[in-house]
Amino acid sequence: MIEVTQLTKVFDTTRAVDAVSFTVSREEIFGLLGPNGAGKTTTIRMLTGILKPTEGHARIGGYDIQEHPLEAKQLMGIVPEMANAYVDLSPWRNLLLMGELYGIPRKEREKKAGSLIDLFALSEKMHHRVRTLSKGMHQRVTVAMALMNTAQVLLLDEPTSGLDVESARLIRDIIRTSREEGTAVLLTTHNLQEADELCSRIAIMNHGKIMAVERPENLKRAIKCSTSVEVAFAQEVGEHEVWFESVNRVERKGDRLRLYTEAPELVIPLVVDYSRSTQNLILSLSTIGPDLEDVFLQVTGGGQ
Amino acid sequence: MKVIGQLERSLAVAKKDLLVYFLKGPTLIFGLLLPSFLFIAFAIGRDLSVEFLMPGLLGMTVFFTTSAVGPVIAPWETRMRTFERLVSSPIAFWGIILGDVIASSAFGLFITVIVLTLGALVEGVGIITGYLVVATVLSSFCFSSLGLMLSSHPTSDPSRIMMLSTLIKFPLFLISGVFIPLSEMTSARFISMLSPLTYYVDLARLSIEGTGYLNPGLNVVALALWGSAFFAIAVLLHEKNLDKRF
Ligand SMILES: Nc1ncnc2c1ncn2[C@@H]1O[C@H](COP(=O)(O)OP(=O)(O)OP(=O)(O)O)[C@@H](O)[C@H]1O
Ligand SMILES: [Mg+2]
Repeated sequence: MIEVTQLTKVFDTTRAVDAVSFTVSREEIFGLLGPNGAGKTTTIRMLTGILKPTEGHARIGGYDIQEHPLEAKQLMGIVPEMANAYVDLSPWRNLLLMGELYGIPRKEREKKAGSLIDLFALSEKMHHRVRTLSKGMHQRVTVAMALMNTAQVLLLDEPTSGLDVESARLIRDIIRTSREEGTAVLLTTHNLQEADELCSRIAIMNHGKIMAVERPENLKRAIKCSTSVEVAFAQEVGEHEVWFESVNRVERKGDRLRLYTEAPELVIPLVVDYSRSTQNLILSLSTIGPDLEDVFLQVTGGGQ
Repeated sequence: MKVIGQLERSLAVAKKDLLVYFLKGPTLIFGLLLPSFLFIAFAIGRDLSVEFLMPGLLGMTVFFTTSAVGPVIAPWETRMRTFERLVSSPIAFWGIILGDVIASSAFGLFITVIVLTLGALVEGVGIITGYLVVATVLSSFCFSSLGLMLSSHPTSDPSRIMMLSTLIKFPLFLISGVFIPLSEMTSARFISMLSPLTYYVDLARLSIEGTGYLNPGLNVVALALWGSAFFAIAVLLHEKNLDKRF
């Protein structure tokens, strides 16, 4: 449903997106994962037709977005990055507007808007101006707007950013349901867990390039390898002294030591025992989650 | 893609514009007060007949009300981050601009109709001729398109566009025959021809005073040509600058 070939975007001097190619088929959730400035949003914006690619092509359902923009856009549902609903209109009016822009007949759009209001638990505020809604509610409205059109392709740029756990889960459930109904979903995220949970394939993007396309299992392994326990002792300790069992590698970060491990729950008691037996106080102790950069290194083979 | 479907989508954009930008207390009050202020400033201390004042007043009203709010739509949507979604939906770019033009025209026409009604109460309904109706509708399209054209600069700061549009609109206003009828001008007449407002005021004089200077058909054609040119340029410039808005 989505075919991207050698897509490139150059802004003045930066190659924001550099010869990116991938395809997403029906009933697939494809993730674009990468740090800030990787080029995820720029890629999505070329797919939605608002930025002209410097080179390369993008096709949506067989329609080239530059040559047949209206046909291609008709197939899409979009959550732009940091998008807003019209703050002076109510959620209800915002949804109807989307319905009109996609040419959905009146009866149908009112029905659809009604069901989305229910689905996103917005009925209490449906006639209040969006300006008066909380940030999370506002975000739910913008995701609901993307779903007004019965899309064959969903393009979601960080759809769950800024949402509480429950709203994020709701949106993930909705994304999964859309996939089951045959939609091709392209989503960007910084959230490793989210990518892992939703996507069938994940493209790791950095500096405008796709470094690797992975299945979540491989990513999981990378995530595990890059979890660490960070500890600071009152007195200086050599790296080799805390190289406990199940620690893969030790790194010094300033006055702290970082113990990379797949099992932080096993390492923590060992650190505490060590502190007791050597009478060396622990000043701070924390578990550090997987860091995107680390995961990239792992996945792209730069690590170990 | 069918044109009718696109026009319906333009109407959806126009409806959104009216709800979001036009039908607000301050905007409406401004729109209604503007002609009154202009009228007072124009008429005060001068012994002029209502017939003479009316065409100029109508011209000012159409000109300033239709081009007042339209220019802020694009920068405002850029700033509020609503533009991206509008452009990514399946509406042709001309359809979006047309929607904005329709909303601006509707707002200007609404105010002009009020002024015209008041004028008709004073002067008798005889002043409303077919030419005046055609001219008013065409002019709203023309001046709204002018406003939209001026907002194509890809900024997210509405005040910059307001400044720019004032810089362009005032000269066009001053050289038009609002203050002095074309028949009384000498060489200035040719400069006056450069302003689309001139053609509207001339038609209004024909309707209200009974005599215009130019051929009424020519006036209508001139308004239509200026309007189409402004609209086409507005669409082209907005499309060209789109990349720079994101
Ligand atoms: N309109 C623009 N003009 C110039 N440079 C831009 C523009 N938009 C993006 N860039 C640059 O392109 C690069 C990629 O940006 P992009 O927004 O695509 O990153 P991203 O992966 O979405 O990042 P984030 O995770 O922060 O959203 C960045 O270096 C950015 O500075
Ligand atoms: Mg982004």
